[in-house]
Amino acid sequence: MSDLAGVSSTLLYAAFLLYLVATFLFGGSIRQKGLRDGEGLNRWGRLGITVTIVGFAAQLGYFFTRWAAAGHAPVSNLFEFTTFFGMMIVGAFILIFFIYKTVVLGLFALPIAIIIIAYASMFPSEISPLIPALQSDWLHIHVTTAAAGQGILAISFIAGIIYLVKNIDQSVSTKKTKWLEAVMFFIVSVVAFILITSGFALADYKAEFEYVNKEDVAAQQEFTLPALVGPNEGTLLTEGKMEPLADMPAFINAKKLNTVLWSLAGGVILYGLIRLVTRKRVAALLQPLVQNVSSDLLDEISYRSVLIGFPVFTLGALIFAMIWAQIAWTRFWGWDPKEVWALITFLFYAAFLHLRLSKGWHGERSAWLAVIGFGIIMFNLVAVNLVIAGLHSYA
Amino acid sequence: MGKVKCECGHVNPNGTILCESCGRALTEKAKQEKLVDMRYEGSARRSQTYNKTIIDKVWNFFSSVKVGIWIIVLLLVAASFGTILPQEFYIPSNMPAETYYEDVYGVFGKIYYMIGFHDLYNSIWFSALIAALGVSLVIASLDRVIPLYRALKNQRVDRHETFMKKQRLFAEQEGVLQRGEMEKVRTELMKKRYKIREENGSLLAEKNRFSRWGPYVNHVGLIIFLFGALLRSVPGMYIDELLWIREGETLQVPGTDGAYYVKNNGFTLENYEEGEDPEVFDEAIDRVGTVAKNYQTDAVLYRDANNELPGADPELTEVQTESIQVNQPMKFDSFAVYQTSFRQDEMKAMHFALTNKETGEEFGGIVVDLFDQQESYDLGSGYKVELRGYYPDFDGFSESGEPTSKSPLPNNPAFLFNMITPETPDGEVSFAQIRNTMEPLGENEYKMAFKNLETRDVSALTIRKDLTLPILALGGIIFMIGVIQGAYWNHRRLWIREKEGHIYVAGHTNKNWHGLKREIHSVLNGTAIPEPEDRQKD
Ligand code: HEM
Repeated sequence: MSDLAGVSSTLLYAAFLLYLVATFLFGGSIRQKGLRDGEGLNRWGRLGITVTIVGFAAQLGYFFTRWAAAGHAPVSNLFEFTTFFGMMIVGAFILIFFIYKTVVLGLFALPIAIIIIAYASMFPSEISPLIPALQSDWLHIHVTTAAAGQGILAISFIAGIIYLVKNIDQSVSTKKTKWLEAVMFFIVSVVAFILITSGFALADYKAEFEYVNKEDVAAQQEFTLPALVGPNEGTLLTEGKMEPLADMPAFINAKKLNTVLWSLAGGVILYGLIRLVTRKRVAALLQPLVQNVSSDLLDEISYRSVLIGFPVFTLGALIFAMIWAQIAWTRFWGWDPKEVWALITFLFYAAFLHLRLSKGWHGERSAWLAVIGFGIIMFNLVAVNLVIAGLHSYA
Repeated sequence: MGKVKCECGHVNPNGTILCESCGRALTEKAKQEKLVDMRYEGSARRSQTYNKTIIDKVWNFFSSVKVGIWIIVLLLVAASFGTILPQEFYIPSNMPAETYYEDVYGVFGKIYYMIGFHDLYNSIWFSALIAALGVSLVIASLDRVIPLYRALKNQRVDRHETFMKKQRLFAEQEGVLQRGEMEKVRTELMKKRYKIREENGSLLAEKNRFSRWGPYVNHVGLIIFLFGALLRSVPGMYIDELLWIREGETLQVPGTDGAYYVKNNGFTLENYEEGEDPEVFDEAIDRVGTVAKNYQTDAVLYRDANNELPGADPELTEVQTESIQVNQPMKFDSFAVYQTSFRQDEMKAMHFALTNKETGEEFGGIVVDLFDQQESYDLGSGYKVELRGYYPDFDGFSESGEPTSKSPLPNNPAFLFNMITPETPDGEVSFAQIRNTMEPLGENEYKMAFKNLETRDVSALTIRKDLTLPILALGGIIFMIGVIQGAYWNHRRLWIREKEGHIYVAGHTNKNWHGLKREIHSVLNGTAIPEPEDRQKD
């Protein structure tokens, strides 16, 4: 049994490395001249997509071996779900790649998937047994379909961000360049979060606090990052660890806020370093990579991904979700935050489609919308699970 | 209503922009435009034609997609506000909302409560937004689908060259169409599943027209869904009851008008155990402590045969026996019974022994059922215990010295016993609690020694009937068919026409132009027929 679990994590690790390699291969493919809209793939590009597919197969291997080891589909906690979401982005990329053959898409999609998988591994990764509410076939039907939909919609974001990187004038500082940098800063912060969390995990940093929780009861909480902010009326129990600079009121989860503060601080430093060393905006750094792709094509890829992803998302995140909620929670809809945010995502992409169709929001506006849509998806994945407590907070 | 007759002889409805049949521009504006707006084929939409009466204005307002988008955006923004703090139905039920929000979230919580966001999804304005969405869906769809249908049905094969010239994909060249080439084009188009119509030497290849109906189909699905949601408030469509049932109890199933009874044959709570459950779970169990594995009520469902007879005692016949678990409700008729919650170890009965304080000798034991007490318990040979008072939720003595009970629930049971023995025929009074006895009327020879406590679990079952579900399911299915129809296929057309020594080629698709371009390229490649160019490329 646990051998299988071991094989499983090795496969995930292999997939992670293969995605990295594929990113570089796609990078190489971009550098070769003469790749425009409609032209075939060069050798680097073919290698890149092959390695991506092998990586995807490895990750599928991870998924099914872990399924076998656990006895249930590995989509039941934040680690498993987020990893799966990363895999779906790669899967969706492969699908779209075979329609449009654009290598530059891989150059952006794979790093995003890599960051997401790395982010996933910051959560407890042991195989957990299923609580009664999750013991249903609808668990994997609902979650896999929803994640597949989100993965396809993520490709729309990726095409959108490439469009923006390519088309926003970097020679002047405008509102647009600032917003685009904000997106870049966010991605850099996630990377910073991963680096900081892994660093302190390697150093085995643990600081135990006793505090008074929301219900006015004494409780304990273990911090795995030095506490910049501490819990309500907290006292540090572990000796020799950092004392918090400030205590938070009871309704704020100090541990999570602390993690956010660390990530932002890390993000500022990392982003600042990049800007200092290169003396360029991050988007300006990326701009040369995307010169060779047609804006029209990017726009169509972005739109097409929404068209393909929207039905899948609706089916998985709303319809299957409602069927399961009716069985497990006695009602198909209960305005639980996670449900509401799935509805918001649905409404947002509905608005996107209507804006394109009737108001002719193509090109840049459409690309911004794709970015916002992905923001909503990530918000639902991360913030709603971690910040807003609800029935879905299993992690 | 006026009609517009086109030069080609076709009679179009009032308001038509492009002739349904030949495609000639009928309005001055359309004649000026370089590219025609093909979204609705230039058909006559009511909203674009009339703007006089109030009805016209309301119609035009709701048929506007701009308004529709505003409604969608307002809905999504409003919905997000409701997730900032927990909604009223998720806060602990023993705390009044008036104070809860302020107590826990401070001033922000107070404001949140005051503006009604604690119950946002049931507010009138939120419902009004949903209603506006429904109205908009109906009107916007009707405004477009009928004229669009007419236009696509009436379209001629040989469109007027001005129509073709104003298409986004267009080419014109001097020359004549060669028979052999046309044959090749035809086979290529057929391979790509185009339907081909030819008239007067012109060709129209068309495929996937059905995808144009996708949006309307999905809107119909949405409307049915919203209608189903509305039906919930019709009496009899929807029942939602909670039943707390103790182990061993048989109770009427609420919502069934007494036709059904349910018996709880036992509640089970299981946790995952290291050693018993798969080893791979050990690490997780270690980290979080206990993980629940199963909540289960073993239930028997009965039907009351005498339900229809007024005044008759119930006559129960067993209908079905089932283990109700989370994710496995028990179903009967249109009802489903769910495992919702539980309370463990509620006190059921207490065991006492009548004991001589000095010798410790026991003269028999009694069992007091906390839900069904006897007035006296005869132990034989002149020993007897009378129950003078029962205080299920004892919380002290009143000023006059009477014991008081906070509630009828046996949370902290206390008893006033009168012990009668051959030595004490008048009885001695003892006040007994779980681990404590008192002698309020002076020193006794005997006492009621507490022996043990019987407990049982209480299970909470949700009884639910929802007759709107089939309608919602129908709406959902139609919606899915509609979106897939509209999203996974595109309506593509290719016109080829020869007129006065010129070849005209035009192409149109409702979306995904790259695909159409590639397709036309592979069809016309290697022929003398010019490949249409995209005139909207940036
Ligand atoms: C949540 C609500 C809604 C959903 C999920 C929805 C969904 C859709 C979808 C998927 C399409 C096809 C888009 C495409 O193929 O690119 C569409 C088209 C359309 N929708 Fe909606 N819709 C909604 C609400 C509305 C509302 C309120 C209006 C009212 C104005 C509206 C008017 C239209 C129109 C006019 C079209 C275009 C039809 C065409 O040009 O062929 N929709 N809708």
